[in-house]
Amino acid sequence: MIELVKRYWRTISTPSKYFSLGFLSLGGFGMGIIFWGGFNTAMEFTNTEMFCTSCHENIYQELQSTIHYTNRSGVRAICSSCHVPHDWTDKMARKMQASKEVWAWVIGTIDTPEKFAARRRTLAEHEWHRLKANDSLECRNCHEFEYMDFTWQSARASHQHSTALASGEKTCIDCHKGIAHKLPDMTGVEGF
Amino acid sequence: MRNNTRVLLLLLATSFSAGIVFGEDSGYNEGGQTLATLRDAPISIEVTPPKMSRVENSDLKRKRAYPMQPPTIPHKIDSYQVDLKVNKCLSCHSRKRIEDSQAPMVSVTHYMDREGNFLADVSPRRYFCQQCHVTQIEAKPLLANDFVDIDELLSIESSAEH
Repeated sequence: MIELVKRYWRTISTPSKYFSLGFLSLGGFGMGIIFWGGFNTAMEFTNTEMFCTSCHENIYQELQSTIHYTNRSGVRAICSSCHVPHDWTDKMARKMQASKEVWAWVIGTIDTPEKFAARRRTLAEHEWHRLKANDSLECRNCHEFEYMDFTWQSARASHQHSTALASGEKTCIDCHKGIAHKLPDMTGVEGF
Repeated sequence: MRNNTRVLLLLLATSFSAGIVFGEDSGYNEGGQTLATLRDAPISIEVTPPKMSRVENSDLKRKRAYPMQPPTIPHKIDSYQVDLKVNKCLSCHSRKRIEDSQAPMVSVTHYMDREGNFLADVSPRRYFCQQCHVTQIEAKPLLANDFVDIDELLSIESSAEH
């Protein structure tokens, strides 16, 4: 075993005997593009609605009756629009976290509707905390405060948005909970 | 067995005669206007549904249109969740939430059980808001409403006396 490692180390630490520097550097560059592209394509595939719903089908059905799925103008959000950061580094961090969720799927932590109902509040709280901590970043990727026209909002909405939201005292998720999914038991949650 | 049949026949006969008696002025009648049906086509034909109207969202309270009318909802309630787990309406209108929301509080009768005992939370029989309270649309009324509120009636009466 040790011999094998030593042999490989010798091969990769000695200069190339047959391949030119140009071939190796340009070839490496080319392969880099292909691998990087492939990596990102695979990563993007895990962001598609088809990929998410292959397991999370029940929750997808809940989304279908909400305004984030169907509306007058046809602009819509898919799972990853809200649940995965759009920034590359944050996205990688979230994807690594998700590997734990894959493990939970493998061992069947939540494999019945009853188990899901029992854990729903905990799972919802994870998302509320995440959005509270990043100032509802995933909401704001589309709903940009600077471009909100209060004159188009109802009296109540423009009042709340021009006071609590504008001052930074509240963030989107503080009021807009359960807008794309059904709510769990909200006993004790602030605002309910 | 025969007895049962007789009872059934008697019931049928009475219901038929009742139908004849009340059938003469079938349809809702008020102030000379009648509204026989809301369906414009025979039952065998599926009509094109009317265009959906926009729900009133002005936050302005309407006055009542008939005695004992539950107040109408003057705003949109799209996808408000009201079930065993959560009541979205009460997240603004409940007694403990009105200070933050400045929304009208549900009346104290909603915190009472059938026997008139006061409860800590909204009574289960009053939990489903939309059983009584409904949103409104800007639509042409099918019938004119000639309801006069009691205060107006009393003031007319008292002015007639003097």
